[in-house]
Amino acid sequence: MSKARNFTLLFATLTLFWVLLNGSLALDVLVVGLVAATLIAFLFRDGLAVVSELRTSPRALITTVRYVFFFIRELVKANLNVARIVLSPALPLNPGFVKVRTRLKSRMGRLLLANSITLTPGTLTVDLDGEWLYIHWVTVDTADVEAATAAIVGGFEEYLEVMYG
Amino acid sequence: MDIVGGLLLVGGAAFLLFGGLGLVRMPDVFNRIQAGTKATTLGTLLGLAGIACLQPDWALKLFLIGLFILFTNPISSQVLARAAHRSGARKSALTAVDRLEEDHGA
Amino acid sequence: MAELLVYLAATLVGVAFLLALYRFFKGPSSADRVVAFDVLTIVSVTAIALVALAEGRGIYLDVALIYALLSFLGVIVVARYLERGL
Repeated sequence: MSKARNFTLLFATLTLFWVLLNGSLALDVLVVGLVAATLIAFLFRDGLAVVSELRTSPRALITTVRYVFFFIRELVKANLNVARIVLSPALPLNPGFVKVRTRLKSRMGRLLLANSITLTPGTLTVDLDGEWLYIHWVTVDTADVEAATAAIVGGFEEYLEVMYG
Repeated sequence: MDIVGGLLLVGGAAFLLFGGLGLVRMPDVFNRIQAGTKATTLGTLLGLAGIACLQPDWALKLFLIGLFILFTNPISSQVLARAAHRSGARKSALTAVDRLEEDHGA
Repeated sequence: MAELLVYLAATLVGVAFLLALYRFFKGPSSADRVVAFDVLTIVSVTAIALVALAEGRGIYLDVALIYALLSFLGVIVVARYLERGL
């Protein structure tokens, strides 16, 4: 990753957020934002994992968009699932902690994976240890590492592998 | 548009309510975190989307708040769950298996 | 009609707040209280946004944003503390 690329990506992200936060493109607002963004991007030119590990190939960008939709669908499913459990008088639970393995190598990819798992049906990332993730599962279907990996990690990994590797 | 916004708002508030209900009803801290994070994340997002429909001028800032919640909420839940597990929080008697304890000790 | 829905939403948010408050006081462990605190602040973000809507003052949204930011940091710090002391 070149420093110039890191700088540009971070600068663009910061400026975008500044403009969104202010909701205005007035000159004085813009100048302050640009100066601050330049300064911060310069200080962190050696890389901030969020931007420096992101791939910018067209394929990765398309995958990112598809990932967002997949994620939203899972999030809604997760919530209906929670609603069903807390509203049912019997409280149908079979909780446990299972262990799964990820193929993802980058830190950002793993972070997004852990976050996605937390927000999707019945699963909560409790601990990370290298390629191993420990998941609290409200309804443990299987305690087997391979089977649990396929059930919990499978869907997201396909997308994240293209996005971050 | 107003009606859509209102409905989104009520839907979001309902999920927040489910989150609260889960917090009260779930048997141990891990299940409470599960209910707490998921339901409140979608609940907040829907609620903010509803307000954005009612006040389109605020859409950008509401979007930003939503984005922030979407990223930070799962992180705080994960950190909290790990802290609870490491500090030996009581687990529900229903807990079927604990690979984390097998590998790392309580 | 829309106004009625906003009132309904505000009521539901209020009940959610009370439920989380119950868990906050009941505990029993500190982890339970922190979870309840986390949920309380998230619910508050929506509540603050609702107040902004009712008062028609967009500036309150900044309060909600900062509140979300601080609560995130707060929860992380407390979790660290539970894990191994400050």
